[in-house]
This record gives sequence, C-alpha cells and structure tokens, in this order.
Amino acid sequence: MRHIISLLMENEAGALSRVAGLFSARGYNIESLTVAPTEDATLSRMTIVTSGSDEVIEQIIKQLNKLVDVVKVLDLNDGKHIERELMLVKVKATAQFKDEMKRMCDIFRGRIIDVADNHYTIELTGSCSKLDAFLEAIDRSAILETVRTGASGIGRGDRILKV
Amino acid sequence: MDSDAHHNTNATTQPITGAEIVIRCLEEEKVKFVFGYPGGAVLHIYDAIYKQNHFKHVLVRHEQAAVHAADAFSRATGQVGVALVTSGPGATNAVTGIATAYMDSIPLVVISGQVPVPAIGLDAFQEVDMVGVTRPCVKHNFLVKDVKDIAVTIKKAFHIARTGRPGPVVVDIPKDITAHLAEFHYPKTVEMRSYNPVVKGHSGQIKKAVKLLLEAKRPMIYTGGGVVLGDAADALTKLVKALQMPITNTLMGLGGYPSTDKQFVGMLGMHGTYEANMAMQECDVLLAVGARFDDRVIGNPKHFFSNPRTIIHVDIDPSSISKRVKVDVPIVGDVKSVLAEMNELVTAEAAKPSAALKSWWEQIESWRGKKCLSYKTNDLIKPQYVIEKLWEVTKGDAYVTSDVGQHQMWAAQYYKFDKPRRWINSGGLGTMGVGLPYAMGCQFADPKAQVACITGEGSIQMNIQELSTCKQYHLPIKVILLNNRYLGMVRQWQEFFYENRYSESYMDSLPDFVKLAESYGHVGMRIENPNDVEGALKEAFDMKDRFVFMDFVTDQKENVFPMVENGKGLSEMILAEDL
Repeated sequence: MRHIISLLMENEAGALSRVAGLFSARGYNIESLTVAPTEDATLSRMTIVTSGSDEVIEQIIKQLNKLVDVVKVLDLNDGKHIERELMLVKVKATAQFKDEMKRMCDIFRGRIIDVADNHYTIELTGSCSKLDAFLEAIDRSAILETVRTGASGIGRGDRILKV
Repeated sequence: MDSDAHHNTNATTQPITGAEIVIRCLEEEKVKFVFGYPGGAVLHIYDAIYKQNHFKHVLVRHEQAAVHAADAFSRATGQVGVALVTSGPGATNAVTGIATAYMDSIPLVVISGQVPVPAIGLDAFQEVDMVGVTRPCVKHNFLVKDVKDIAVTIKKAFHIARTGRPGPVVVDIPKDITAHLAEFHYPKTVEMRSYNPVVKGHSGQIKKAVKLLLEAKRPMIYTGGGVVLGDAADALTKLVKALQMPITNTLMGLGGYPSTDKQFVGMLGMHGTYEANMAMQECDVLLAVGARFDDRVIGNPKHFFSNPRTIIHVDIDPSSISKRVKVDVPIVGDVKSVLAEMNELVTAEAAKPSAALKSWWEQIESWRGKKCLSYKTNDLIKPQYVIEKLWEVTKGDAYVTSDVGQHQMWAAQYYKFDKPRRWINSGGLGTMGVGLPYAMGCQFADPKAQVACITGEGSIQMNIQELSTCKQYHLPIKVILLNNRYLGMVRQWQEFFYENRYSESYMDSLPDFVKLAESYGHVGMRIENPNDVEGALKEAFDMKDRFVFMDFVTDQKENVFPMVENGKGLSEMILAEDL
C-alpha cells in the first residue's frame, strides 16, 4: 500500500544521503522524496512517498527513527491528511491543441504561466492522482515535457508534526 | 551545553591546536589504549600523541587490525574502543573493521584523518569521502569542519557509541583543522533532541511476559549478544535459575549464561545442538532477549512458524523487533533493566515447576540423549578434541577469540563459556582475519589473562602481519591453528551441496608456520599426533610470557555437525550419525 511518511531531521550536511542510503541499502521503494528547511532553519522536513506491506512500512518507520539525525517520523496514512504536488507541463499549443489545453487547464484548476508561439507551460497542483489524471486527460502527443516536485503532505486539523 | 562547559575545570583558557584537543578529549573519556597507524593527514595528531602520557598508542601493521583490536578491547571490557587512522587508504582499510563492529553492535570511536578542508572534493592525494564510504556501516559519523567543533563532536561520538544499541562512530577530521587553534572545553553532558534511546521497558508488557512464561507448558529462553553487551548476564542467570527453564544462547550470546549449567541446552542455529534447535521449534512460549532471529539462528522463518508459539522479545532496538519474525509481546528497553524487573515479579512460589515443565524437561533430556556433539576418533587430530583439551588446560577461563569458519563453530560448540565477554568473534559480518587482532585487544585489556586465538590456516593469513605487533608489545597470546589445508567451511558446503567439487578451497603452498612464528621471535610448535595435543597445550600455556603459535595438523575432512542447511527449517538438522 502507498504511504506518505513525513519526517523532521537536523538540517545538516549529508542528512539527505542518510535517508536515501537507508532506502537503497534495505531495498525499500521510494516513489518520491522532497526535502526543504522549515521555519526553524535547524530542521529540514522531508516527505517520502513509499509503498510496501504493513510489516515493511513498520520497518521503514523504525529504521528512519534509528537514524541519529532524525528527530521525528510520522506516517501520514495513520490519520487524516492532505497531500499536494506541483507539476509543470509544457504542451503543444498549436491551432490543433490550443483550445483543448485552455479548457483542460481550467477544468483541473491549473494556470498557464508561460506562453510562446506554439507552447504553453501549465502549472498544476493537487494530489499525485489528480496530476496523473490531468496527464491522462490531455492528448498524449501534445505533452512535450513534465516536471513534478513529488508529494508534500501535512496532517489535517490539529495533527501537527513539530519538535 | 556551553554553560556546562564553563563550569568544567577540564578546559583551557589558552588556545591549543585541534590535534591537542583530540588528545584532551580522549583523556577526558579516560581512554587507556588507542590502536592506530600514522599517515600524512594525522601527523599533527601523532605529534600531539608523542607529547602526552595519558593513553598508550598501539602501533598495528594494518589499519584493519587497529579497528579489530579496538573492537576486541571493547568486547572484553565493555568500554568504548578507540582507533586512529589516516585519510584515504588508511580510512578504507579501516572499513572492514568498522563494518564488523557495526554488525555485532560494538561501541567504537574511529578517528580518521581527512585532507585539508580546502582540498576536499578536489581528488586530493589520499582523499576518500570517509563519511560517505562508512555511512551504511556506522551507527553515526561526523565530518568536523571547524576546530571549535572537535570537542563537542568527540563527546557526541562517545555518547552515541556507548548508549542505546551500541555501535561504531566515525569522526573524520581534516588535517588543517588539527592545526587550527581553539580553547578547549569538554562538555560534561550532551543532549541531542534527535537521539534519546529508551532504557526502561514497558511495565505492563513486562508483567504480561512474566505471566505468559509462568503459564507456559513448554517454555524456552533464547538470548543473544545483547545480554553480553548490556552486562545483563547476572540478571539473566538469576531469572533462568528461578524459572528453572531451558535456555539457549546464540553465537554472540555465549557466556551470557553459564554453559556448564544443566539448564543450558547449548548454542542454537545452523550449527546449534539438536536439543536447542528442537526446543526452539517445539516450545509454546519463547522469551527472546537481546537477540534478533537472524537467518543463521532460526533458518527458514516459514518453517519456524509452522509450529505456533507465543513470542516475547526484549531488545533495546525497536527495529530488531518483528523484523524477520512477528512477535506477540514486544518489550523495547535495556535488557538489564527489563530482566531486573522480571526478576522482581518472579517469586519463588510463582515459579514452582509445574508438571508440564517436568515433562518438557523429560522431552529435552531425550533430545539431549542423541549426544549430537559426539564425534568419531581416528589416528588423526580431531579439531573438536583440540578445543576440548584447550578448555581443560585453560580451566575454561581463557579469552577465546576466533576467526571465521569451521574452527569458529567448533570453538563455539566445544569451549564451554561460563562468563560473558570471554568469547570474542565476528558473528554478524563473519570477517576472516579478526582472530589475531582480537586476541591483541583482549591481551591489552587483561595483560595477565590467558588469551587463545582459535584459527584456521586461511583466516590467520588474512592478518598474519600482526605477528609483528605481538612481538613489539610482548603479547603472550597462544594461537591455536586448526590446520586442515582447506578452507574448511567452504569445503564442507562443496561436499554437501556441490558434489565434492572443491573449487578453490584447498590451501596450497602454506608457509612453515613454526618457522614463520620463530622469524618474528615467537615460539612455534607443530603438533601432528592426537596423543601430543594435551601436553603441547600445557607446555604452551606454561610459557606465560611468550607468544606461542601452535600449528595443529588436523583431520582434513572433518565436518561441523549438527547442520541446518541454508533455507531449511531449524528442526531439519543433518547429524553426524546420519552420514
């Protein structure tokens, strides 16, 4: 099953490689991984999207907690949560595609952020599955380039991950 | 932390060099021995060593041996072992030693030199990314980039190495940092918000565990290296005696419970005793303490689960629990503290042996009746016999180190360890070549003690250069070489599973070990007749101040039994009598 794991770690050189190394050494799957400093510059927040059986996810959480630089780990799937991912898509905007792109962009609540003679660049945020759905919905031959950030996640309501 | 440091008398107001700070830190940690080898990046540190008299530096002949010796010093004493190596090849040579310590959870601080900060990343001479290279095989590692950080980093390194589940910590220090000046403040305590290992187990879970044990019909206790590392042997022995239940130890756990006691059913696992493995398989309640159900211990987990049983697992590392085997009652905590709490709950009345326990013991005795460790004799020296005689001659009180292979298993099976921290071997990583440097570490830890290194002619040659170190420091180690002219364990597997195709497992062109030992100024002995074994051992151990290299020419085709084939179930053993 797909899980979104959030963690806080000391914002130190090499911290990312400890997490990435753990996943590759133990053969865990990484769908996406994002990391950036938090409002407290000494801490980085990481969101890892992974998948595995309950036993594997339990081991992943334990192994992450064991890393000396990791301060807190939370499996967002243990409760209600929100996930968002940002995608930039460059598409063909020739006469054949122009209207369709504009319409699909509206339907998916995206924004066209760059316009060139025959190209649009569309910005879209949402859950990973929404971004997947957008790519499914538009004509595949119109897609020139995609770039995605990977998911960021946060708990709903008073579910807070903080030191 | 800083406010603490200002109250500390162990501080300087005059700036000193980074190298001198390193020395002062080791002094603060009451380090007695540093095992190391100099080189360019650590020259400032070696100069500071020259000027101090707080610890003894032991010059090895290869960095791998430095880390192994520090590791054995720690295994023998419980203190943090310390090694010092230079950058580049010095650092990479140390990696096998670090990985060996990591797999067996041994607390070490390894200080490595690094090229100067401005040269990092420029492929400088003797540069290697030590933090990157060691990341998968350390508990933690640090690169120090400011002289002001040296003291607090070393303090953290010792703290991390010795607390929680222990392990090796690398501190990589660039050369220019060791020349820079700073005031020295050694913090008294260290606090890390990201690192707070649990000590005390959950009391409710402990109560539940004791109740389950007392109600068990076929209870079994299985303990590992955690009991030895956690200094919990006394607490364990008390509990096991009170419960009157059978106990087995893993390879790493030997000595955690007295092997000569009748409740001890021997080591378990791939080369465990018939009675230990059968009892593991057939028990209804299993108490696992400081052990991790690894592949060499329980064999195929599916087969292990074909018999239902309730498992209680006590371990300081949560990630060891339910890793390979799903457990019913997990208890995360320091084993000594948890066992002490269990002891309080087990009253004499409650632990009166039930009728069920009596009949369980009858079953175990019938398994014991198989005498699975008996072996046939002939006119050649049997390796098992050498170990039995070694146990007699040393009165069961030696530090015994081993390398890896058949001799290691025979040592574990036939030398009966009654005390913890006496059996020193590489269980997790299985590193050939540890035996001699391990013996060095033990002899430094306990200079008057009898230290025996049980080895094979393959393993001993992997760190044979240390004969020179033993000469320099007059270490009266006794090497017990079980020389069968084969890489015995490889040969055994080839005999069983590859139709006797002995691919590259025969050791041709061996040196004359007697002459080799003599060339280093040691005593060499070759023993070829079973009748000479005991006398030779006595003669060797009577030479209390000499290093003696004993080359026992043994039966080439002897195998280790019982044996659980890779991937088979624990109770599916091959016994000597089956062949």
